[in-house]
Amino acid sequence: MITLYGDFVEETLGEQAYLAIGFSPSSVPLKQRWRNNGLSADFLADYFSTFFPAADQESDEINQRDELRGTVSYIANELLENAMKFNYERSSYPINIRLYLYPDHLVFLVTNSISPKQAESLQKRIQQLLHEDSESLYLQTLEQNAEQDILECSGLGLLSMINDYGAKLSWKLELLPLEIPLMLLTTRVELAVDGFGAY
Amino acid sequence: MEIKTDSYRVIQADENSTIKLEGALRLSGMEEYAPIVDLFNQVVDSSVEKITLDLRELEFLNSSGINVLSKFVIKIRQKQNIQMIVQGSQKVAWQGKSLKNLQRLMPTLQLKWE
Repeated sequence: MITLYGDFVEETLGEQAYLAIGFSPSSVPLKQRWRNNGLSADFLADYFSTFFPAADQESDEINQRDELRGTVSYIANELLENAMKFNYERSSYPINIRLYLYPDHLVFLVTNSISPKQAESLQKRIQQLLHEDSESLYLQTLEQNAEQDILECSGLGLLSMINDYGAKLSWKLELLPLEIPLMLLTTRVELAVDGFGAY
Repeated sequence: MEIKTDSYRVIQADENSTIKLEGALRLSGMEEYAPIVDLFNQVVDSSVEKITLDLRELEFLNSSGINVLSKFVIKIRQKQNIQMIVQGSQKVAWQGKSLKNLQRLMPTLQLKWE
């Protein structure tokens, strides 16, 4: 059974450039793997930024290439952090991230498995992210987090992509017919790169 | 006081009223951010009238780190008598996108761009 949230579209392979990185969840403990999130995110960012022009280094403004690099690095890192954090430890499904480059937009797709219990709380958060005003939700989340002494999850990653980066998010949740019930989650992030320059 | 690792550095200067963050902060969750949170809390609880947070050389910050900075700003706001200055760089992508939120949390906060 597959449920889609938001405007989820599958990527069909055409002429667009793409990169995919896969991780086997059982190979190394989460703590040791954490550094890999940043490394993978930076790799995706460095690779794709070369398609965009670097402007005058003297300028006070950020150039298009650096802006794209910073943006891709932030979003990819947040998606990987979430995937590693919420991946269902009883599952051996690989975690993967794919990044597609189109002339006017980028698409990030991250897939990981989650437990049915995790899926319930995620569905509630998805409804908030899709239907509530992102700025009010962002400020409300910060104020609520500040009152907590212990916080497992800030709830800011996906929200900041919408509120600060203007990204469009959608999700695919697939229930796999296995002995141990398992959900496969794909998070899709679409980011306009209009004005970033020529590809 | 200074916290230093391979990827980032936190430095206190000007009789502890200036805190400078450098490098890339992508720690996993609040537990790993605890030493930085402790440093922030000490500054808030000391009797300084003005706090400057220099982020110009902080190239990356994950959302857990954004949460830590936001909580610091909310604590300063709650004190009511501390002036807050945040120095940012337009050349660092996350700062151009996300720093404005700190001002939304504390409207008297001065955001100085370089």
